[in-house]
Amino acid sequence: MDSPAISVQNVSMRFNLSKDKILGLKEYVIKAVKRELFYEEFWALQDVSFTVSKGEVFGLMGLNGAGKSTLLKIIAGVFRPTEGSVMVDGEISPLLELGAGFDPEFSARDNIYMNGAMYGHPPKYMETKYNEILDFAELWEFEHVALKNFSSGMMGRLGFAVATSVQPSILIVDEILGVGDYKFQAKCEERINNMISQGVTVLLVSHNAATIKEMCSRAVLLERGKVVCLGDVDEVCSVYGDCAG
Amino acid sequence: MTLSKKRLALITVALTIIFFIPMLYLPESIIGSRADHMLIFAPKILFLAMTAALVIAFILAFIIKCDFMKWQAYSFNRFKHLLKLLVKRDFIAKYRKSVLGVLWSLLNPILTMLVMTMVFAHVFRFGIEDFPVYFLSGLLIFNFFSESTTAAMGSILSNEGIIRKVYVPKYIFPVARVLSSLVNLAFSFIAFLVVFVFTGQQFQWTMLLIPIPVIYTFLFALGMAMFLSSLAVFFRDLTYLYGVILTLWQFMTPIIYPVEIIPERFRPIYGLNPMYHFVDYFRELVLHGRIPDLWSNIVCIGFALASLCIGTYVFMSKQDRYILYM
Repeated sequence: MDSPAISVQNVSMRFNLSKDKILGLKEYVIKAVKRELFYEEFWALQDVSFTVSKGEVFGLMGLNGAGKSTLLKIIAGVFRPTEGSVMVDGEISPLLELGAGFDPEFSARDNIYMNGAMYGHPPKYMETKYNEILDFAELWEFEHVALKNFSSGMMGRLGFAVATSVQPSILIVDEILGVGDYKFQAKCEERINNMISQGVTVLLVSHNAATIKEMCSRAVLLERGKVVCLGDVDEVCSVYGDCAG
Repeated sequence: MTLSKKRLALITVALTIIFFIPMLYLPESIIGSRADHMLIFAPKILFLAMTAALVIAFILAFIIKCDFMKWQAYSFNRFKHLLKLLVKRDFIAKYRKSVLGVLWSLLNPILTMLVMTMVFAHVFRFGIEDFPVYFLSGLLIFNFFSESTTAAMGSILSNEGIIRKVYVPKYIFPVARVLSSLVNLAFSFIAFLVVFVFTGQQFQWTMLLIPIPVIYTFLFALGMAMFLSSLAVFFRDLTYLYGVILTLWQFMTPIIYPVEIIPERFRPIYGLNPMYHFVDYFRELVLHGRIPDLWSNIVCIGFALASLCIGTYVFMSKQDRYILYM
């Protein structure tokens, strides 16, 4: 059997929440000695395991604060999990943070190359994708305009265009692709659907059961950092409906 | 298998002791006369042994993490273009929107140096011949160091936006800053040559060897940059403290005064300042047309490698925690 595209094994993530409460001197010294100063432990994820096979559209569900974003960031390699491990086979394009590292002082052109480099693509490769990106984002008029003069919609379009044009093998889609107007959103959806049909693995994040049901075959439901339900999408959605309603 | 910090420190100390004894018997051509005062001779050997031990411990720490090394090599290959773009961006962004643009990179150091030459040709002097050139050559090297480490120190913090969003090898940021400073150094060097000609100095053929001290300083600065940028994440006060430290450091380095004003008995302590050796090396080539001896090279390489090993080790072992402190 093929190796899974994403394999998450017993992942736990602990954060030290900083408390800005001013302590008395005595308390301060005691806490400093006990090394508890300013921090309170918080487990954002506890013992989460699942695998996503290649070409699968996998749903990640949960209410606010369930640990979805933390998990995505671990998969994208931004966080290193406190315990457990994550294996990813393929190029990830995270659609959750569009336009990472966009520099407002520079033009769209410079930022396309820079953004591409942040995903690990050399300028030569970006050159071949350059026309496609600007076509898709409909930003030819603004090719040489500094990004600080862009509207947020334009910025989002550019970010989406770069992230999807580089042909990733794994796509992480965060719920609200609040990119541009409905016309552009339709275009985005079409592109994502296209990629799915081409065999790209998709990790779809949502708290909307209908979206997940429509697109995914399997899903996992997180609650307070723990896996509540993992498996067939209908089953997960019904559990989700129970706990949400 | 991993090496704990404690074990690594132990290995370093043990190796230092093991190396110390045979190194006492190295030929005099390398370590200098054995007839020297013990206070000069013993620290020399200790320095050698410690550097060698550090480098070996460092290599050990990384060889044991073989997967880690492979991953680093892969990710560097993938992100080297990012490094290039970052350096380019630093360079272009600096003088953006000015009428003369990139030309300022050259104009700025030339004008600064000419002003300094005019001032220092008459004031100070300390009885040094060709004082402006003496002063500027020291300043050139030290400024490269201070500029690169200062810029690199905040590089992890200032790129928080990127580090929070995508996976990028984090050392890219301090390395990019040091490389940008290296580019600036090249321009400053051209400016220096202008002053050099302007004050009627003789060109020495040894000037062709200038890349050597520059590489030494570069490696040293790189290690310091990694070390400082990683420390600054956890201890932000360092950003402010370092400015003061640099001022002190600059005065501890013979830039504006000759080494001779330091009493002979304090020289061994004075010699602990790595910048002194880099500056001295550079001046030997540029001003005196002499090639520094083997020992000078060993000292420079020793400081550079020690800094690089410690810096890289600290940076790598802490890099997963940066994001939790930003």
